[in-house]
Amino acid sequence: MRIEKHPILVFEKGPKVRFYFDGKEMEGYAGEPVAAALHAAGVRVLSHSQIHNRPRGFWCAIGNCSSCNMRINGVPNVRSCVEPLKEGMIVETQKGKGDLNA
Amino acid sequence: MLETEVLVIGGGPAGLKAALSAARQGAEVTLVERDPFLGGQLVKQTHMFFGSKEQYASERGVNIAKILSKEVEENDKIRVLKDTTALGYYEDRRVAIEMEGKFETVNHKALIAATGAQENTLVFPNCDLPGIYGAGAVQTLMNVHGVVPGNKVAMVGAGNIGVIVSYQLLQAGIDVVAIIEAMPKIGAYLVHASKVRRMGVPIYTSHTVVEARGKDCLESIVISQIDDKWQPVEGTGRKLDVDVLCVSVGLTPLTELLFQAGCKMAFIGELGGHVALRDINMETTVPNIFVAGDVSGIEEASAAMVEGQVAGLTAAKNLGYGLDDYEEKVAAAHKELDGLRRGPVGGKIRAGLDKLYKEGEVAV
Ligand code: FES
Repeated sequence: MRIEKHPILVFEKGPKVRFYFDGKEMEGYAGEPVAAALHAAGVRVLSHSQIHNRPRGFWCAIGNCSSCNMRINGVPNVRSCVEPLKEGMIVETQKGKGDLNA
Repeated sequence: MLETEVLVIGGGPAGLKAALSAARQGAEVTLVERDPFLGGQLVKQTHMFFGSKEQYASERGVNIAKILSKEVEENDKIRVLKDTTALGYYEDRRVAIEMEGKFETVNHKALIAATGAQENTLVFPNCDLPGIYGAGAVQTLMNVHGVVPGNKVAMVGAGNIGVIVSYQLLQAGIDVVAIIEAMPKIGAYLVHASKVRRMGVPIYTSHTVVEARGKDCLESIVISQIDDKWQPVEGTGRKLDVDVLCVSVGLTPLTELLFQAGCKMAFIGELGGHVALRDINMETTVPNIFVAGDVSGIEEASAAMVEGQVAGLTAAKNLGYGLDDYEEKVAAAHKELDGLRRGPVGGKIRAGLDKLYKEGEVAV
């Protein structure tokens, strides 16, 4: 959910871009973290744990913990909380530890 | 390979001040920052700072970040490497970095680690459900990116971060259902705590989260009162329907580089965990490796900035710069630190530092 009006802050946003999340077309702002765009669109499950396949979301949002790892443009284990969104990005929920050849 | 005199790792309040102080004494500085912007966690702090004029009192953290970043970017003795992550400490005073996807090493004469801290987790059944986030994480998402991750929030931890983030969630129009605190009393400054109370948010002290529930994401939590042995009191459990739980139960210093560099470390609970032993001028047991800010012990950003000054001044002095006014400047900084750590709010940090300096005597 995006904050429309804030008493203190003005949010400077990049241009609107399209990206794909698990094949679905979505919209976000260029330069914002992929995870921010996904949460604005209501997506909260970003990956699944390696052994028990439990759903995972972000934890730290500043690139410390790897809880938000996703497959982005074919590359697994990208920290979606700090990865800037770009036009046409292909973002996928990561299962397990990710596979470079998949 | 890059060469520098003073290498500062981390562009938050401590690192920015360290870089400025060393450069103003005449040293040539390289500042490495993982994010594509400077300011560290100041960039999400919309509340006003306390302290004195030197410490930017009444200024919001986000503005302090702008002021300091500008000064650093405009200083021609400082080379700023953003989007650059320090990867490890190697022999021969070399730090490996990843810069725009490339591997590099930086040779340096002095190193100032201002790497900050990470948020602690809390363990309870289903604590890994999406919807359960670090309080600082939600603050970043909300104050930097203008996105909130849900509609109804509960906060664990009534320390300064927990209470300030709760207030900022309310400012952003989000419903904060409760603040839950395991200790019998509120840890935050009273001004902050009474603000959220006035806005109708209950603060449950001596309470904890017993479990979280939800299928793919958080749907509710169960909280319960706890006794003085931290055991749930029967019959006091209650369910709160929330889609976000923010966890604000302290921070741990990010000390990996210091371990690698062979600094003597000690576990000091009051300072947040393992920290490097150091003298009062922030120099660790490895000559010319300094610490500043949360990595040297969890504290407020105001203290982090002054610690950065002390580290920057001393690193420059060790390399032969600014010898004539060093004593005077460093004494002034120590006076500021003493001021910030005075009174009951500084009790914990003072106790931690006492232990740290005692450990130092044993180690030397
Ligand atoms: S949420 Fe911690 S690295 Fe992204």
